[in-house]
Amino acid sequence: MSLKENRINDFVVRFANVNGTGSASANYLFCKAIFRMGIPVTPKNIFPSNIQGLPTWYEVRVSEKGYLGRREGIDLMVAVNPQSMTADVASVKSGGYFLYDSSKKLHAEYLREDVNYIGIPLMEMCNEAFTDARQRQLFKNIIYVGALAALLNIDFSVFESLLGEQFKGKEKLIAPNIKALQMGVDYVRQNFKYPLNFYVEKRDLIGDKIMIDGNSACGLGAIYAGATVAAWYPITPSTSVVEAFMGYADEYRIDPVTGKRNVAIIQAEDELAAIGMVIGANWNGARSFTATSGPGLSLMNEFLGLAYFAEIPTVLIDVQRSGPSTGMPTRTQQSDVLEAAYASHGDTKHILLFPSTPKECFEMTSDAFDLAEELQTPVMLMTDLDLGMNDHVSEPFEWDINKEYKRGKVLSATALDKIEKFGRYLDVDGDGITYRTYPGTHPSKGSFFTRGTSRDEYAVYTESSDAYKRNMDRLMKKWETAKDYVNAPQLYQEKNISKIGLIFFGTSQFSSEEAMDILRSQNIQTDAMRLKAFPFNRAVEDFINAHEQIFVIEQNRDAQMRSLIMIELGINADKLFSVLNYDGMPITADQITRQITSHLNLPNN
Amino acid sequence: MTYIRPKFRHPELPKNKLGYTISYYEGALSTLCAGCGHDSISAGIVQAAYEMNIEPHKLAKLSGIGCSSKTPAYFLSNSHGFNSVHGRMPSVATGANMANRDLIYFGVSGDGDSASIGMGQFVHVIRRNLNMVYIVMNNGCYGLTKGQDSATADRGSKNKSGNVNLFQSIDLASLAIELGATFVAQSFSGDKTQLVPLIKAAMNHPGFAFINVISPCVTFNNNVGSTKSYDFVREHVEATATIDFVPMMSEIKAEYTEGDSKMVKLHDGTYLKLHKLSQEWDPLNRLSAMNAVHNAREKDEILTGLLYMDPDSGDLHEMIQTSDRPLNTLTEKELCPGPEVLKNINADLR
Repeated sequence: MSLKENRINDFVVRFANVNGTGSASANYLFCKAIFRMGIPVTPKNIFPSNIQGLPTWYEVRVSEKGYLGRREGIDLMVAVNPQSMTADVASVKSGGYFLYDSSKKLHAEYLREDVNYIGIPLMEMCNEAFTDARQRQLFKNIIYVGALAALLNIDFSVFESLLGEQFKGKEKLIAPNIKALQMGVDYVRQNFKYPLNFYVEKRDLIGDKIMIDGNSACGLGAIYAGATVAAWYPITPSTSVVEAFMGYADEYRIDPVTGKRNVAIIQAEDELAAIGMVIGANWNGARSFTATSGPGLSLMNEFLGLAYFAEIPTVLIDVQRSGPSTGMPTRTQQSDVLEAAYASHGDTKHILLFPSTPKECFEMTSDAFDLAEELQTPVMLMTDLDLGMNDHVSEPFEWDINKEYKRGKVLSATALDKIEKFGRYLDVDGDGITYRTYPGTHPSKGSFFTRGTSRDEYAVYTESSDAYKRNMDRLMKKWETAKDYVNAPQLYQEKNISKIGLIFFGTSQFSSEEAMDILRSQNIQTDAMRLKAFPFNRAVEDFINAHEQIFVIEQNRDAQMRSLIMIELGINADKLFSVLNYDGMPITADQITRQITSHLNLPNN
Repeated sequence: MTYIRPKFRHPELPKNKLGYTISYYEGALSTLCAGCGHDSISAGIVQAAYEMNIEPHKLAKLSGIGCSSKTPAYFLSNSHGFNSVHGRMPSVATGANMANRDLIYFGVSGDGDSASIGMGQFVHVIRRNLNMVYIVMNNGCYGLTKGQDSATADRGSKNKSGNVNLFQSIDLASLAIELGATFVAQSFSGDKTQLVPLIKAAMNHPGFAFINVISPCVTFNNNVGSTKSYDFVREHVEATATIDFVPMMSEIKAEYTEGDSKMVKLHDGTYLKLHKLSQEWDPLNRLSAMNAVHNAREKDEILTGLLYMDPDSGDLHEMIQTSDRPLNTLTEKELCPGPEVLKNINADLR
């Protein structure tokens, strides 16, 4: 597309800041304003594992077509960090714009002939207008947002109402913010042509959608799902799941009469203890969860094996980041898939759920509790840093007023009275799921000894090969049963129309959908399926069998989901092509399209 | 060792206030070695629970891994039990306790389970003053893997293979006091008269109650030269005081000291009666307790009995202000804010 042409609601702005300088709230203000104008927008926070002084970026994609994935190519760079200036200049698209603080002259090395420069003396303007040092720093950010309002045609009244909401109760702060915004607007109007050749125009494409990060949605989901015990150890990028849970608990879990809390949140000494607490609480009949990321999941493997074998419901929210080891702690990836699926030694298999949106984070957190209790086993919600820590435009949360928690097969005292002999691991119903009792239920019936060692149907320790094998086979039967319990995949077509099928999951959804449109524009039709859960149910198998060539799109190096499909469904490796991104940034539609078309061009394909 | 325990019980076995005989508090047949100190401790637990009129199903027993951690199968078979993973019992107990504050939590661990692999969890469960009994059956060695030294083996102690331990031992009781445990006692598996009242007092304590019980390993650490053998412990044991657990007694109005005995009033109106009190030691004073333990060690004595207690400590529930109703009894009604609230949350996110 020629840059001369005016583009409406279709561009990428990137902000290059220093972390700890208050840029985050200014950048969010910019993003939220576009959202309020009814235009689909997707922000990505690219931040260091550091508290103050290192480069941080905030990238905002505006897309009339509603593409919420990341897009390569920066149309406008707002560069206020001298540290990263070289890379920031280089990353601007040819013909794009580079907005910088012209209080100091820009070095010649930063000048590119194919880039338009917009110099605004942010520091000078701030020093003149504000006296307080902190204000001078903060309002520099607000001034450039004001400049963007003029350059991109953002409705100024939207900012006014956003600031009004943000500073409710601290109204004194509204006026200086408006003043700083206006300074930016005025400077652009006096010195530059505006708007640029890309800008925003009010639309009604947002409807009743909301904007929130996935971690907050998980925290809220756990509140709605009735979680009462949360145990955790701080780790990026999962920390904000429990922090959100705490925040919502402060609001919704205080007993109105006693003022006491209907929740226990324990910051554990490490991830080992965190998951141990979760298992103890679930064993005792409370809904309990933890949130962690790759390194924590590694530590939790031991206990996950216990929970699998002793059949204790466990909910774990894994906000994946770039591994291995400490990896890139503040970058995204979908690289815990295999570790989670088979966590712990011995023969184990675990239920995984793959949310794509904040709404799904909310719903699937709730599903995870139901599934964990119905199936009496660990359930892991496999989200990632991109979904967890970035704001996303999402369908609003919904909760059916009649929804009841599915607590699974738990025997009450009355039920125990009707049973002659209780067998904790006796498969009464033939579905592999046995009945459990909570401690304290009945004076003389229902007690049993929970253990990670082999035992018989009555929970009595045994080293009998027969009893051990019976138990392992029953667990496998339960696994088969689980296929009918877990979320079915999302199919993008009622009837398959292509020999090519795309498979993706989690945050790869947005770019994959966009890639399908791009491919369609190149006359390449594809069918698609978004996985929502492991184990794979029948629909997953059917989709794969119905296509000649399958592309598995995922954000890791080793094609982990592809491996899982091969292992679990016995699909021939030749049929499954990998589309990968593992640089720590969210996958883009261009990356997907490029990789798919390169395979399609291969001879004999 | 396997043998058949007769099912016959004397028909006129006395019953406790709940109408249960002591046999109601027993567990499965022990598979530990004949003469194992752990079995004596299990018997002490059975007796304490019987005499305390505990409803077995209102008690949950938890353990880690090792010989000691097997014992919950050998007492209170009408209680739920949880044999978790090595060194991780405290975290499981923490979660369980958070879920239901109305049960008694009875943790059993060993010296390997607590002083080595589980040291982190042991330390942190003390910090949180979790309301539980925590017994370490301490034999100074890894019995189940055939006798390797553990971290509580004394320096210079000789094991069955004749190897002398080169490393400083970890003294769990003084560590617990140092960390602020609110009930710390030490005992010897061969002294049931002392152990039973200690277990009762521990069960009654509204916070973390730790009992380090020296429990000789007859198979791997009962030899000459071992400082955890029956003979050595018997020769070196020194008690702080003899102890009685006195149930609620209306005639006792206030705490008093009389001669060499002391009545310690507990939170619920029950008393601990300590006789033959050693002069330099006050069980309610942490510093004094520390000194008593250190002085005994200087004299090569193993100080047993109640070492320290803070009868009025607030447990984890009190600290984090959880509701009085057990969390596992709450339902959708109390827990789910419902769709109307969600509408407002959605509105705030637009």
